[in-house]
Amino acid sequence: MMKLNSTGQVVLILVAVAYLLGVYFISSPVWMGFTINALIVAVLALSWNVTGGFGGLSSFGHAVLYGTGAYTSAILQVTYGVNAWVALVAGIAMAAAVGGFIGALAFRYGVKGSYFALVTLAFAEVFRICAASFDFAGGGSGLQLKLAPGISNIQFADRTVLYTFLLAIVVLVMLLTAWIKYSRFGAYLVAVRENEDAARALGIDTYRIKVLAMAVSGAFGGLAGVLYLQLWLFIDSSIAYGSSVSIEALIGPIIGGAGTVWGPVLGTLGLHLIGEGAKTLLSNAPGLNFVLYAVVLICALRFMPNGLVGLAGRIGPFAKKESKDA
Amino acid sequence: MLEISGVRAGYGSMTVLQGVDMSIKAGEIVALLGSNGVGKTTLNNVISGFIRPNAGTLTFKGVPLTGKKPADIVALGIAHVPEGRKIFPNLSVAENLSLGAFRRAGANRKQNFERICAIFPKLRQRLNQSAGTLSGGEQQMLAIGRGLMSEPELLILDEPSLGLSPIMVEEMFNLITKINAEGVAILLVEQNVMQSLAVAGRAYVIEQGRFVMEGAAADLISDKQLRQAYLGM
Repeated sequence: MMKLNSTGQVVLILVAVAYLLGVYFISSPVWMGFTINALIVAVLALSWNVTGGFGGLSSFGHAVLYGTGAYTSAILQVTYGVNAWVALVAGIAMAAAVGGFIGALAFRYGVKGSYFALVTLAFAEVFRICAASFDFAGGGSGLQLKLAPGISNIQFADRTVLYTFLLAIVVLVMLLTAWIKYSRFGAYLVAVRENEDAARALGIDTYRIKVLAMAVSGAFGGLAGVLYLQLWLFIDSSIAYGSSVSIEALIGPIIGGAGTVWGPVLGTLGLHLIGEGAKTLLSNAPGLNFVLYAVVLICALRFMPNGLVGLAGRIGPFAKKESKDA
Repeated sequence: MLEISGVRAGYGSMTVLQGVDMSIKAGEIVALLGSNGVGKTTLNNVISGFIRPNAGTLTFKGVPLTGKKPADIVALGIAHVPEGRKIFPNLSVAENLSLGAFRRAGANRKQNFERICAIFPKLRQRLNQSAGTLSGGEQQMLAIGRGLMSEPELLILDEPSLGLSPIMVEEMFNLITKINAEGVAILLVEQNVMQSLAVAGRAYVIEQGRFVMEGAAADLISDKQLRQAYLGM
């Protein structure tokens, strides 16, 4: 069922691939460091894409999934001395469970649209406050992992190895996203997004599908959180559960193209390039990147409702008149 | 095939259906007539499992439907084409159709696809077009075609002629006869009394949540009371 991509999309994807591979050759620690951060956010963006992109369930609190992954892994490693890989799996599982729980609760009572966004936002805030208050979560001072480079601890002394590791994970999550897109589960999710009443009339168990989507999104989001922890070896409540995380989660897919495989990654990379470029040019005004993100977001919503991928889809042979899928 | 007895149902504390009995035999067209707000759609929603009845029983081919989820009811062979052409506007016509076959009859998907294209030749010309760009009548055809993809034994059509031009309404009723000729039983919910009675074998007339008349369509068509109530003649 794979459809031909338009020339514009092929060019866009090639540019992104060239950039991601180019990072190996530029050997600039600044570029590498910035791209490493962007890759972690890309995983989070792919997480948001499952619910917000395919299912049309716009969450404004994906930090709750990201933070739960990070905190679960951190608590297990710091307090209980659990191996990093085991903690990674536990973090993913816990975030999936939290995602499923929020979904089950919200969808059981028919919460939809902006109300769903508010429910997720509220959950993220509750988790943030809890993380800042409870001692087992490090309270206000956060949690610090011991520096112990080695593959068994998921800590990489060599940045190139770290970069390759993260790139492999992004590719893996993209493959899973592609699998979702072309699976029956993905078709059900799109049906829910397009018209939930019609989906129910066709015999789709929409409640189950939505809860499942939240759990899958939770697993991806939790993974992103654990990756952040393994990179910086430190988290606190606002890094993990702050609303800026939730914003980063949704802005990439919206700008890149929600409900596509490449969109969230392209959008995140593009945004971070703009943010980083502005920082360099305008001497590090803190928070400036968010101002720029907002401007880009407004332009994206106005001029390219289907994101970069949708925009590129209108260029060249195989161009679609309505690029709803790419 | 479908047996309903003593069904009472409503929303919250408001009871809409005040105890209705109905039966639909395999392969027949049954019209359900009545004005707005008397419980036609509520009855549909009870049959397809969207609303749980407060009392009464429903069985389909001997299987009780009460307490079953909408998805399981589709799997049993009842397809519901809801009111107001609920299609997936941003998906193509072909994608809309294939979504109809996920719950049931997935193995015969290709065959049913061809069958539906034969019934609705207009859809075949527009398979790759976004469904939202179709005309009202074509969207209604698509919604019905999508329902047929699950090879239903009973097809519930909720106001299929709503908002269509007179010519399109005519065509819609011809299509309903055509679908029925393939052996699908149809529960036709309509406000278009005369045309519904012309295609239906039997009919029920509902008023304030109760059936006030039922019988062969041919008898109802000449019924004075019905003509007065609905046609002002």
